[in-house]
Amino acid sequence: MLLLFTASLLIEKSILVLVLFAITLGVAAYATLGERKVAAAMQDRLGPDRTGPFGILQPLADGVKFFMKEDFMPNSAERWLYILAPGAFMFVACMTSAVIPWGTELTLFGRPIPLQVADLNIGILYILGFTSLGVYGVMVGGWASNNKYSLYSAIRASAQMISYELAMGLSLIAVVMLTGTLSLREMAEQQAGLNWNVWYQPLGFLIFFVCALAECNRAPFDMAECESELIGGYHTEYSSMKLGFFLFAEYINMFIACAVISVVYFGGYNFPGLDPSWLGGLMGPIVMFAKTFFFIFVFMWIRWTLPRFRYDQLMQLGWKTLVPLAIANMLLTGVGLLLLGK
Amino acid sequence: MQSLTNRSRVVVNKEMTFWERLYLPAVFKGMWITLKHFFRTLLKGSSTVRYPEEKRPFSPIWRGWHVLKRDEEGRERCTACGLCAIACPAEAITMEAAERKKGEEHLYREEKYAAVYEINMLRCIFCGLCEEACPKEAIFLTDRIVPADYVRQNFIFGKDLLVEGIEPEKRIDISKRQKHKTEQAFVHP
Repeated sequence: MLLLFTASLLIEKSILVLVLFAITLGVAAYATLGERKVAAAMQDRLGPDRTGPFGILQPLADGVKFFMKEDFMPNSAERWLYILAPGAFMFVACMTSAVIPWGTELTLFGRPIPLQVADLNIGILYILGFTSLGVYGVMVGGWASNNKYSLYSAIRASAQMISYELAMGLSLIAVVMLTGTLSLREMAEQQAGLNWNVWYQPLGFLIFFVCALAECNRAPFDMAECESELIGGYHTEYSSMKLGFFLFAEYINMFIACAVISVVYFGGYNFPGLDPSWLGGLMGPIVMFAKTFFFIFVFMWIRWTLPRFRYDQLMQLGWKTLVPLAIANMLLTGVGLLLLGK
Repeated sequence: MQSLTNRSRVVVNKEMTFWERLYLPAVFKGMWITLKHFFRTLLKGSSTVRYPEEKRPFSPIWRGWHVLKRDEEGRERCTACGLCAIACPAEAITMEAAERKKGEEHLYREEKYAAVYEINMLRCIFCGLCEEACPKEAIFLTDRIVPADYVRQNFIFGKDLLVEGIEPEKRIDISKRQKHKTEQAFVHP
């Protein structure tokens, strides 16, 4: 009996992982097209429209192109690390989605399936841990290419990650104090209806959002890529699908960051007037994805509006503005909780 | 020091005010602008011309792919006088003259004609001086674009590509360029 239960649980989780993996890759692939389309519309252009109607086959064409390109490796590169880096970056990017609750539960064959791969009671710590692992791909890749621009980019990326992770963690501490849990599932359940964390933590949300932009290496904090200064940065020496992995993993990171923002601050699968268990539990994921896609759009919107920060400005913003603000936010939250006796 | 122009500006490295140091007001202002552009493009479409499917109208006096005209009876007007080749600043035109034989009167208008007439489209700068030099109104530039090719040899256009067809539907209309010429002559006699 126990064996049967374990086997069915294993199958259930495997299917969920596979579906989630496919969705993550699909969303990341179409985010590249979305990025180009959003950029085009904001610059009064059309964007890709040669591959199928509205260019919907563009991600496929890009993928085929990446596979057909020559896989070049510099002679002086650190062979194994050079090969390892894109894989590590991609692996870490894909791992993070495991703890995100995409919905309540789906009832299939009379069996409730929770729409979350792993309901860790330290979900937020898991996410913070894996996003900080993410910088290893960039750092190792930049260093192993044995190129001064790549190395610069690797150094910048690591410095940026360390600086912004601090403020990110501090802003999350305030949310943890408010909700009293580290589990993302419980956090989402507490925000039923319109009882979203963002109303209690507007400043914390802002800090978290800015840090998420920086963590994803997105403009205006794309110090690691810096086409105009570092000719692509850490992936200067990469070609073919290794380059594709780096670019692709960035979009996966963006997708996950947006999902985390939705869960932590915007109620996850909750929406006022909507029960997440409608449509056999499919309503939750729909709302969740709608929120996630909205934030992906905001990420793109910001990228095509703001110019890149200078490196010293970036450090100044991180250490002199965001960290003190996050600490102040944490203190304010503590005082508020104490006074209201929550 | 006296400035050389009235456009020079003194650079002021003034401290940013608190409002400016917040960045957010400027950020939201910028995002409002891009959002307006985003929705304008979505609703009204962009001004992009999708080239191979959509073509912009040419200027009526566009100078492109040359044509060697025939007269009303379908005879080649060119008499191989070589004035176009002399006028050509890029030395793109070469020709070989030949004498019209008996029985060829329906093909060539004058006693002498161009047996070979070649324009190297890679040399040609499309200035239109050949057209101005021509005493027989035989060569004109038209609003057709010379197509791209992979081989240089294919850019040397012979008579097969330059002379217009005899049939009325294959004739190439150059009246717009002629009109331009007469107008110019009228303004600057």
